[in-house]
Amino acid sequence: MGMDRRKFIKVAGFSTLVGLGGKSAFELLFPGELEAAFQAKPEALKGKRWAMVVDMKKMDEATARKCVEACHKVHNVPNLDNPINPKDKVSSEEKVRWEIKWIWTEHYHNAFPGTEYEHMVEKVAHLPFPLLCNHCDNPPCVRVCPTQATYRRPDGIVMMDMHRCIGCRFCMAGCPFSARSFNWRDPRPFVKEVFQEYPTREPGVVEKCTFCEERLAKGQLPACVVASNGALIFGDLTDAKSKVREALKEKFTIRRKPFLGTNPQVYYIV
Amino acid sequence: MLENALTGSKRYYTLLGILGGLVLLGFLVYLRQLQFGLGITGMGRDVSWGFYIAQFTYLVGVAASAVMVVLPYYLHNYKAFGRVTILGEFLAVAAVTMCILFIVVDLGRPDRILNVLKYPTPNSVLFWDMIVLNVYLFLNIVIGWVVLESERNEVAPPKWVKPLIYLSIPWAPSIHTVTAFLYAGLPGRGYWLTAIMAPRFLSSAFAAGPALLILLALFVRKYTKFDPGREQIQTLAKIVTYAILVNVFFFFCEVFTVFYSQIPDHMLHFQYLFYGLDGKARLVPWMWFSIVGMTIAAIMMVFPKIRQNETTLALTCGLIIITTYIDKGLGLMTGGFVPNPLEKVTEYWPTAPEAIITLGVWAMGFLILTILYKVAVSVKEEIKE
Repeated sequence: MGMDRRKFIKVAGFSTLVGLGGKSAFELLFPGELEAAFQAKPEALKGKRWAMVVDMKKMDEATARKCVEACHKVHNVPNLDNPINPKDKVSSEEKVRWEIKWIWTEHYHNAFPGTEYEHMVEKVAHLPFPLLCNHCDNPPCVRVCPTQATYRRPDGIVMMDMHRCIGCRFCMAGCPFSARSFNWRDPRPFVKEVFQEYPTREPGVVEKCTFCEERLAKGQLPACVVASNGALIFGDLTDAKSKVREALKEKFTIRRKPFLGTNPQVYYIV
Repeated sequence: MLENALTGSKRYYTLLGILGGLVLLGFLVYLRQLQFGLGITGMGRDVSWGFYIAQFTYLVGVAASAVMVVLPYYLHNYKAFGRVTILGEFLAVAAVTMCILFIVVDLGRPDRILNVLKYPTPNSVLFWDMIVLNVYLFLNIVIGWVVLESERNEVAPPKWVKPLIYLSIPWAPSIHTVTAFLYAGLPGRGYWLTAIMAPRFLSSAFAAGPALLILLALFVRKYTKFDPGREQIQTLAKIVTYAILVNVFFFFCEVFTVFYSQIPDHMLHFQYLFYGLDGKARLVPWMWFSIVGMTIAAIMMVFPKIRQNETTLALTCGLIIITTYIDKGLGLMTGGFVPNPLEKVTEYWPTAPEAIITLGVWAMGFLILTILYKVAVSVKEEIKE
């Protein structure tokens, strides 16, 4: 059934007083209950391999903007164009260097460099391709991280522990998709409305898209997916009946730089 | 022995004072960086490593090059180098210390640095780099100090130090190899994705390190009563000659593969560095100076007359140090990150605070070097008397 915070602190404090420490004390006094407290809530969305399909046939500038705004709002991503105090205004050059992006848009030739060609369908060339962390099956960022601050969950989400990150930025050099952002300065002066359910950050750590793992745990779809009017499809790749599998079955998709062997899990219907 | 560091001429104290002042200045600016974040540097989301990591890379090479005096002495019994091994080892100590400091100033959260030990991660090259650098530092401090002390007491070095010396020989190339692997194993960074990265690192290190050692030896001869020796300097010069020739050769190997294959992912970085990309060409004059200067220096070193004249030798060594520094210090980092994985060009140039912090770390290294060399030279002078 789990235990509430008050009870947890009571037990922890009392057991420490009598010289019992940590998890063993709980196991002794309340067998099984601590495990229960850390188990997923029943309403949580569970998947064996999360993936996303981006349907560019349904994507336009306005929709893309809504997705980006929805994501950045619930994750307290700073908007460098919009400081709380006008004196914190940053120059355009600083913005290029300091910008934090969890999801953003690029044109085809930047999203899929090397695959563009001269007489390409003009419409495609100018579509706003939403880019985000690909939650690669074989993520180079995880491989290079010296502290396991970034790691891959069994359900495929490439997670980021911002409390463990030492800010070496090896992961940023490792990521072939520019999906990672570093806090080059204090982001808080640029978060006008703090979304209380998600932490704000300090300077010196790396962050990125986490497929909204905090929302999945509450049974909600990722914020960008909810805001996308069906242009972003999210689901479990191992479930043949899932929406992502249906989309992949019906439409041919492309992925970013598949030849690098990272096995990206964001698919694009063009 | 350390007492030798406390007594010296006025010039010695002035040098220490200047270096100490620069360290302090760098430290004050570093405090500002701690407060504001790494945003006070020129780095950004596209060029996420810059001047600090470049200095680190260059100095790992300088440190590794100590093996070029240790190896001939201990493995080939080349007696002449007995006089200069200590200079190589103490240079390595100073260089590795700078390397570690450059890593620390580059961290976003230096307060969490011990997480690397707390959560050891063997699949990260940075984890191995930490191990090899710290062990190499330890080896050189112990070996240098113990051997120097025995020399002062006019006894043979204790037996237990021999295995450490033999270990330090393969350990030297390992530090630079692991450092090259930091870059050479990353998918999607075409400039770095080359098997010849570690060999190139080693060749430029074995040119630049001994070249610096030659300059230091000439400096020591001029300002102290200890002469590292003409033969020693000439042998070092030959080592520099071979290494710089190999380094230029490796560069052209790289250029051939990249430009004959015409694969854009690899070619774009060279185009940015040597021609400019999207009208952005900040590094172009530097890179041309570096490769042309390096080639000229390599050719000059081949001529015995130029090498044997200590003035022209010193000038050529200076040119080698500068050109390899531009190649590794400016070109390697920026070239790897520009263009970015989206093929966009964001240029990089260090800011003033970044340069001052860098200078502070260099000053710290030279402060350590000055003190260690003072100790070594005092012992050498003592024995002679």
